[in-house]
Amino acid sequence: MTTALEVASAVRDPELPVLTLADLGVLREVSEQDGRVVVTITPTYSGCPAIDEMGADLRRSLAKAGFEAVEVRLSLSPAWTTDWISDEGREKLAQAGIAPPSRIGPVAAGPVPLNLVPPSRQVACPQCGSPNTQEISRFGSTACKALRRCHACAEPFEHVKEI
Amino acid sequence: MSFDNAYESLLGGEDAHWAFGTGFSEALSGVNREFPAGVDKDALAAYCLMLGDDALIYSQRLSEWCSRAPELEEDIALANIALDLLGQARMLLTRAGEVLGRTEDELAYLRDEREFRNVHLAEIDCGPGPGGDFAATIARLLVFSSWRLALFSRLRGSADPVLKAIAEKGLKELAYHRDHAAQWTVRLGDGTDESHRRMQAGLERVWPFLDELFATHQVEAALQGVAVDPASLRSEVDGVLEAVLSAAGLTRPRDTKAARVAGRAGRDGVHTETMGYLLAEMQHLHRSLPGAVW
Repeated sequence: MTTALEVASAVRDPELPVLTLADLGVLREVSEQDGRVVVTITPTYSGCPAIDEMGADLRRSLAKAGFEAVEVRLSLSPAWTTDWISDEGREKLAQAGIAPPSRIGPVAAGPVPLNLVPPSRQVACPQCGSPNTQEISRFGSTACKALRRCHACAEPFEHVKEI
Repeated sequence: MSFDNAYESLLGGEDAHWAFGTGFSEALSGVNREFPAGVDKDALAAYCLMLGDDALIYSQRLSEWCSRAPELEEDIALANIALDLLGQARMLLTRAGEVLGRTEDELAYLRDEREFRNVHLAEIDCGPGPGGDFAATIARLLVFSSWRLALFSRLRGSADPVLKAIAEKGLKELAYHRDHAAQWTVRLGDGTDESHRRMQAGLERVWPFLDELFATHQVEAALQGVAVDPASLRSEVDGVLEAVLSAAGLTRPRDTKAARVAGRAGRDGVHTETMGYLLAEMQHLHRSLPGAVW
């Protein structure tokens, strides 16, 4: 029998359908209490419009698998970070032509440092692998992606930006 | 789902993927929302309105640039920033509404001008219309995001678990907003004579509204440990602005103060002339067709 956790983990992200909610790290907890399934998810960004869609998809998939009583809870703290994207998720992103984020590690306390020039992160082109790429726009088609260009193969590509 | 009729999926069905953002659930649906012991709930609601209205009204202003920015990438950037702020506003208004017994939509769409608690910097017209300029928009984004980032950085220590969580989340977004504004400020200030002139003029436009950002309000004073005293942000924000202006070759404008009415300003519900027009546009649909969804 398939568990609620397995069903919930397989639900795909509405904006990045190559990833499951588990790959993306937004699926925080799945528990079964008195015949009810409680799923906890966390938004990637405060204004992420896909969060309601994720809740609806989770309910729909769980209902299909026979879990009728489902509660989807939202968790804000700790805040989502791209470090929660799994290794498998990073591979899937790269295969889909989207450069995965680099790991940022724990955020230091105190004032946030100012960047007067875009940080010179090495982002390899997901098409040809060249490290010779440049950020075109910090903001892309969704809140979580930036737009970049590869100088080697001249292709534009998206990059899940570190947060 | 069939696509014979573009509106079919709006009528329901289990695959209603027509658009995101239709039928929002409450912004804080599963978050632990207990109020900490000893907190003045009315003051907490007032404080959430202040921070929520700053984000809501400024988000509305930023979305006016949608399809009108100098380049496509910038269109998308400003819309993304507006969306982040709208998300912050939804959570803050929902928190306020728990005390006030009103929903986030009621607070956004059915309050009159005097009930809004945003600072004037959020509401002034910096373009894209004749009231402003892209450089003035960048100047406002620089000041607003530098200030709100410093505020949220301290709010991470709030005794209210919801404010603390909203701050932890919003902080990362605001860091991107501030970097974006700072990089544009350097590009324009250190660009051509024309871009330099307009960036300097943009700074002059928004500078009189800085003073209000750091004035301690009685609501903040009544919420020790929960709210952040904005007066404590001044030196950090000044330092950031100095660093950006210096890299951009721009001059810090003289400190002047925008007019108040009998000592009162945005935090007391006293707004500038432009606020009524902004609200008319933002609230018109909901007031004409109560409960409309799309």
